[in-house]
Amino acid sequence: MTDVIEPTATQLDVQPRGPDGHEPHGAHEDHGPTGILKWLTSTDHKVIGLSYMITSIVIFYLSGIMAMFLRLQLASPHSSLLSFSQYNSLFTMHGALMLYLFAGPFAFGGLANYIVPLQVGAPDMAFPRLNALSYWLYLTGSITMLMGFFVAGGAAQFGWVFYAPLSSATYSPGAGPDVFLMGIALTGFSAIFTGVNLCGTIFYLRAPGMTMFRMPIFTWNMLVTAILILIAFPVLTAAVVMLFCDRHFGTHIYTAVGCHFVNGLPMHSCGSPLLFQNLFWFFGHPEVYILALPFFGIVTEILPVFSRRPVFGYKGMVFATMAIAALSTGVWAHHMFTTGAVLLPFFSFLSLLIAVPTGIKFFNWIGTMWHGQLSFKTPMLFSLGFLFAFLMGGVTGIMLASPPIDFFTHDTYFVVAHFHQVLFGTAVFAGFAGVYYWYPKMFGRMLRDGLGKAHFWLTFIGFWITFTPQYIVGLLGMPRRVASYPSNLGWQSYNIVSTVGAFMIASGFAVLLYNFYISWRKPIPAGDNPWDGHTLEWFTTSPPPHHNYTHLPPIRSERPTWDYNHPEHLTLPHGRGAHTNGHNGKNGKNGKGGNGKKAEVGV
Amino acid sequence: MKVESIFLLFLGVFFTGIGIWYWFWGYEQGGTMLLVGTATLGFLPGLYYFFWHRRFHGHKYFFWGKVHAPGDRPSDRDDAEMAEGAGNIDSFPSSSIWPFVLGMGAFLTVLALVFGAWLMFLGIPLILTALTGVTAESRRGGAV
Amino acid sequence: MALGAVLLTGCQLPTFGAFRGNTSQGQSAFHLWQGFFIAGLVVGGFVFVLILYVVLRYRRRSDDIPRQSQYHTVTEIIYTVLPILTVIGLFIATVIVENEVTAVEPHPYTEVHVFAFQWGWEFQYDNGVRVIGQTTSAPTLVVPSNQTVRVYLRSYDVLHGFYVPQFNFSRYASPGYWTSFDMNVLDTGVYRGQCTQLCGLYHSLMFFNVRAVPSGQYQTWLRTTRAFQLAHPNSIGQLPAGVHANINGSAPSYSGNSGNTGNTGGALPGD
Repeated sequence: MTDVIEPTATQLDVQPRGPDGHEPHGAHEDHGPTGILKWLTSTDHKVIGLSYMITSIVIFYLSGIMAMFLRLQLASPHSSLLSFSQYNSLFTMHGALMLYLFAGPFAFGGLANYIVPLQVGAPDMAFPRLNALSYWLYLTGSITMLMGFFVAGGAAQFGWVFYAPLSSATYSPGAGPDVFLMGIALTGFSAIFTGVNLCGTIFYLRAPGMTMFRMPIFTWNMLVTAILILIAFPVLTAAVVMLFCDRHFGTHIYTAVGCHFVNGLPMHSCGSPLLFQNLFWFFGHPEVYILALPFFGIVTEILPVFSRRPVFGYKGMVFATMAIAALSTGVWAHHMFTTGAVLLPFFSFLSLLIAVPTGIKFFNWIGTMWHGQLSFKTPMLFSLGFLFAFLMGGVTGIMLASPPIDFFTHDTYFVVAHFHQVLFGTAVFAGFAGVYYWYPKMFGRMLRDGLGKAHFWLTFIGFWITFTPQYIVGLLGMPRRVASYPSNLGWQSYNIVSTVGAFMIASGFAVLLYNFYISWRKPIPAGDNPWDGHTLEWFTTSPPPHHNYTHLPPIRSERPTWDYNHPEHLTLPHGRGAHTNGHNGKNGKNGKGGNGKKAEVGV
Repeated sequence: MKVESIFLLFLGVFFTGIGIWYWFWGYEQGGTMLLVGTATLGFLPGLYYFFWHRRFHGHKYFFWGKVHAPGDRPSDRDDAEMAEGAGNIDSFPSSSIWPFVLGMGAFLTVLALVFGAWLMFLGIPLILTALTGVTAESRRGGAV
Repeated sequence: MALGAVLLTGCQLPTFGAFRGNTSQGQSAFHLWQGFFIAGLVVGGFVFVLILYVVLRYRRRSDDIPRQSQYHTVTEIIYTVLPILTVIGLFIATVIVENEVTAVEPHPYTEVHVFAFQWGWEFQYDNGVRVIGQTTSAPTLVVPSNQTVRVYLRSYDVLHGFYVPQFNFSRYASPGYWTSFDMNVLDTGVYRGQCTQLCGLYHSLMFFNVRAVPSGQYQTWLRTTRAFQLAHPNSIGQLPAGVHANINGSAPSYSGNSGNTGNTGGALPGD
């Protein structure tokens, strides 16, 4: 006989109250306006999260189209498809859109906004109006950046990293670069506010029993991401503001003009292009982990569900994530190895060291699937795609962490292939794994699994065809950010293969569009928990009601919904004083019940 | 609050260590300042939560006496029941137009830096209106 | 340890796509690359096989709930400690090669000052020879083979990258500070080079060549070119309008990182 955990109905009382205690007019019965006014005024984290996700996916497609133009240009050595200035604008905007406007906002503005309050059992984010403001700053920042295409002189052409002095007024005049910088400023503040909101929600609004070490790993990763955002984005904003001053207010922060030199070295009071690089990469490296960690979290949600097992090494995952975040803040100058002006061994050592916690995460993911019952639905396929892609991207990252190797691969297509593998692996494979996984929860209807599989295979195969030749051609000496290349070096065949792969990826994403469409035309109802999910969000309806929960199960581990649905296979809780999971009942197949600390649940 | 404080204090201590190591190995000013700033970012909330945790768990005043310990919040206790979280959780402002207005104001103000100061005449009033509206809304606890 | 093994069998190992390196520094870097590639193959291959195994072996066969193991301390310790050891090994190999690649001799055989600008290169030799070339009229940097060549690198305007693929080496040319490195070209020949840091509109066209000749030939070339340039100043070529050769202060004779003083034998043209 198994003990059943009875649901306790906890009516969550979330009426907004003023300081004198009385309730506002009309906000009691109805749940706010509908229609266009709802999208403009809602402070509900689910609406805001959806707005973020839709906007960022539109930007993803836009940027993807830009990438198609880049690949078409590179298919022949001296293509006349695009002028040099058009090409330079397109790779600048492709990078900027993907990194500033898609990957980050989709992860922390979209998915985290929607899912984190649900996973911790909160009715909303800690600061709902600030949340809404974040979205509007993101949208207006994106519009600002995209305005570059419509101003005189065209969009910015200095690369998504906008190094000084190329980005100074002398070498990049015009409004295009200015709107680019202002777009970064706006979206930067959007991100900072979201970081504050995430910390507030996770620290203060967890449901009773949801201790820190019972949070899902996705939420842990979002907490660490939020801290990284607070570390990194203010530095970027400062760097951008200073660059703007250099461009328009006559300062010489980054330009070594009028310096006084002694022995060939500038005096300390001189402006310096190196300062820009240091500031930018102090943001830039945590930024790529801000982009990666949420997607690691998504994979850590999906793998257990589709293996029907708990996360392997939960605490190891938490500590590894913290270690990745801490280390990533100390490695910024590995993007500057070729300047000849940075402390090579320090940054090399810390960069190589990041492989250790990342490896721990990999082994924990494999351990999660070990002895499992794997089902290869679309979310699982995309998560596996992430594992393969990130594995190779990570290994090449280790190569790049070594300065002598970086000296001949820096700024070549080797690096381009590396970061596309890691970013594609995370933001695209894991990101769209999250889309397929949580779409039923958000909309109450399923995406077609057959179409999802087609999307996956086209993208996965296309991905390898696109980026593997880029490693080779980078080692042959092809630099990045070039609109043309010599025709007598044998690079063209690799570029053609890469372009073909890009078209395959594009076709995969066309399938996704059709999948979205058909799920609206001919919906398949999803129910509350179509995947037998483990975490709290699968306990509520699809889509969740206003203020998320009318009932909450007892929270005794990191898998409250699983424990509720499978009381004969309770999860061991973590943290100190691990009590029995609610009862002194059986602990399933894994040996004695009773004191959770003593049960044998190893491999 | 213990885990939160340990996490943030760990960041503070870690970056202090890295900062010291970096300074004495490389003598590079920019990076060292950034690391010091990051350490401060860890210490400030970390120490706050640390003292919060001490207050809630009781602590001796230096070496003697005992301060009353209210105990952990329900969300920090392993054995907390759902019913403990019943009642008013917090104030969650419902639909509000002011974030949108503030966003548009910020947008126009920022564009003023690029396209001409005249846009500030549109942007700044929007920002001020929004800030006023948000404050009034908070006073009244709901939609204005 | 791995590096030693690699060096011993270096001739038989495949290149894994990189150039063997035509400078002594480049060859060290190449061997490091081979070592890292092998390490990457081993580690990556192992994890790849693991994932594949799991995917094939644990496909869903029934609706039974599988064993819910959540940790295994010994395994977790092993896969924490082993990567740390691997990383330390890779780091040691890195430092050894890095010291070889960035080493600067106190007395190089010859020195060249390389300037980058939008969108070409200027080479200035000790005896006053100047070679200027832009975009597709790529200038050629003549160097002696089998001798230590000290290159002082700088930019007149924005960041550029001095990249010679076959030397397995690149370095940023930056305005505002000198950077320097040594090259020991091993074989005579012509090696292509290109700018590798985005520098504006014609970044893709900023080519140059490095031509290594025996040192006797190099000295002859220096002398005759100097004489020719003195007689025909217009043959030198012009920097583009708007590029200000505004470098003041002499380059240090040691690596720019240490900031030592040194006698470079006279002011540079344009000081």
